[in-house]
Amino acid sequence: MSGRRSALARLAWLWRLDPYRLAVYVALIGLALLFVAPFVWMLSTSLKTGPHSIAVPPEWFPDPMVWRNYPDALAKINFWVSLRNTLFYAIPSVVGSVISCSVVAYGFARIQWPGRDIVFILLLATMMLPGQVTFIPLFVIYAKLGWVGTFLPLIVPTFLGNPFFIFLLRQFFLGIPRELSDAARIDGAGELRILRTIIVPLSTPALITVGLFTFIDKWTDFFGPRVYLSDPDQYPLSIAIQTFQAAHKTDWPLSMAASTVITLPLVVIYFFAQRKFIQGITLTGIKG
Amino acid sequence: MSPSATRRPARLTRQTRRNLGLGLAFISPWLLGFLAFYLYPALASLYYSFTDFKILSSPHWIGLENYQHMVGDRMFWKALGNTLYITVIGVPLSVTCALGIALLLNTKRIVGIGFFRTIFYLPVVVPPVAAALLWIWLLNPQYGLVNQALSAFGLPHPAWFYDPNWAKAGIILISVWGVGDVVIIYLGALQGVPQQQYEAAEVDGAGRWARLRHVTIPMISPAILFNLITGAIGAFQYFTQAYVISEGTVGRGSGAVGGQSGALLFYGIELYNEAFRYFNIGYASALAWVLLVVILITTAIMLRVSRKRVYYEEGR
Repeated sequence: MSGRRSALARLAWLWRLDPYRLAVYVALIGLALLFVAPFVWMLSTSLKTGPHSIAVPPEWFPDPMVWRNYPDALAKINFWVSLRNTLFYAIPSVVGSVISCSVVAYGFARIQWPGRDIVFILLLATMMLPGQVTFIPLFVIYAKLGWVGTFLPLIVPTFLGNPFFIFLLRQFFLGIPRELSDAARIDGAGELRILRTIIVPLSTPALITVGLFTFIDKWTDFFGPRVYLSDPDQYPLSIAIQTFQAAHKTDWPLSMAASTVITLPLVVIYFFAQRKFIQGITLTGIKG
Repeated sequence: MSPSATRRPARLTRQTRRNLGLGLAFISPWLLGFLAFYLYPALASLYYSFTDFKILSSPHWIGLENYQHMVGDRMFWKALGNTLYITVIGVPLSVTCALGIALLLNTKRIVGIGFFRTIFYLPVVVPPVAAALLWIWLLNPQYGLVNQALSAFGLPHPAWFYDPNWAKAGIILISVWGVGDVVIIYLGALQGVPQQQYEAAEVDGAGRWARLRHVTIPMISPAILFNLITGAIGAFQYFTQAYVISEGTVGRGSGAVGGQSGALLFYGIELYNEAFRYFNIGYASALAWVLLVVILITTAIMLRVSRKRVYYEEGR
């Protein structure tokens, strides 16, 4: 009891002593409220009746709470079909991306071959090329292959590596001691076996990061499915939700319930894997 | 020379050759991807840009006609203008806001950085479609939270996405809300500023402002430049939210038009229209190459302007 009071007293004393830091706290808390308010509003609207959602002045707490909005919204966006469609290309993409990027990163990090560093710079340079320059001919190729209207254009590229993820894994693989692979080589292990039995088990955190980022890319992708899928039965969540909102512009509670549904999984992932997000972002910064 | 000495280089070469084969084998998925998804498409779109090509027919060479057409294309100029508006006003604004937040978070002996960092990053994880729907609602002219707050304070409350003069301001507001990743990059840079620099400046009698201007900003200038360039590149490729907002406010089919009076007709939207609505593959490819050139010029200008102002640690 006395310990807590003295801590409080010390805090108050610190604040009184340092108006600058007090101002910083006030600014941070104010900004944090501004950043969080949209989330609260989304959640609150998603549980309101239509008339309550457009009340003036705004009501922060929904009363009555309309939980039915969620099953209604799920029905409107054909949730189970849309979810299946999203997962139908997101899951193979995660598999493809983790496998191809770790194999390629191994080639850049753990095998010494002439010309390697120049090729690696080429890989980094491709990250600068804007997607617009390449996606038109890709569309033409996919159209010729008869892949437009299928999920293939969304899945196949992930099996051929992604420069950013390769970069991320290469950095991680470089940090694993050389001696471990050398010992395995003396025992006669091939490179693929070294990758599988030594590098992969030691790199689980980085591989999870790659899988996670790929999953989020696909979960949130709008442009890809918009261009390549035309049959409503193929629509993933992102398209289904947008189509529903465009057709029912003023149904705010259902629109917000649908937005909550597509956002919530990512927020949950974020809370559990926050450090991976931060590391991924910091790495982007180092790259520049 | 002993026999072993003459054989040694040969053995190394064999080893090197073996490694070369292995290395190439391991990176072959990416090599294939590079050829199929970067090199070939980039060259093909350059070629298409000199042709008249409507997906179903085969391309037919027309020289510079696509580029000449662009000069008189009202939609092209509108899209370029809107995109430059976002690049010139929106990007520096959000990069500055992010810097402000990062500086606050980097204050000495502040408790709860982790908590605040979590909150500021949270909007970044919201899918672009959901963020667009959320902001359509927040910026609704009549019932939106933002306008209700503005009128409560007696401030003017614009029609945002329904008013061509305010639509882009709405877009900028969304990008400021989603600036958390830039904050994280700044925090990383700020934490790398050596403490002695501050102490030295303090000894010299520098106040907070002087320390910020003469120590912090110069030391993190590479991060500022990086954020400006990636922000500009991102702005040039802006698509999803503009499309969703246009369809969600003005009406179905207006995603392609670019919202109210084309106020949200960004370069990415215009390209999408030409390529995937009208299937003008040739013209769309020319647009894409002009975009690439504009991005290169913008980046070059930024690098040149900043050359004297960006500080790079020696030997980095």
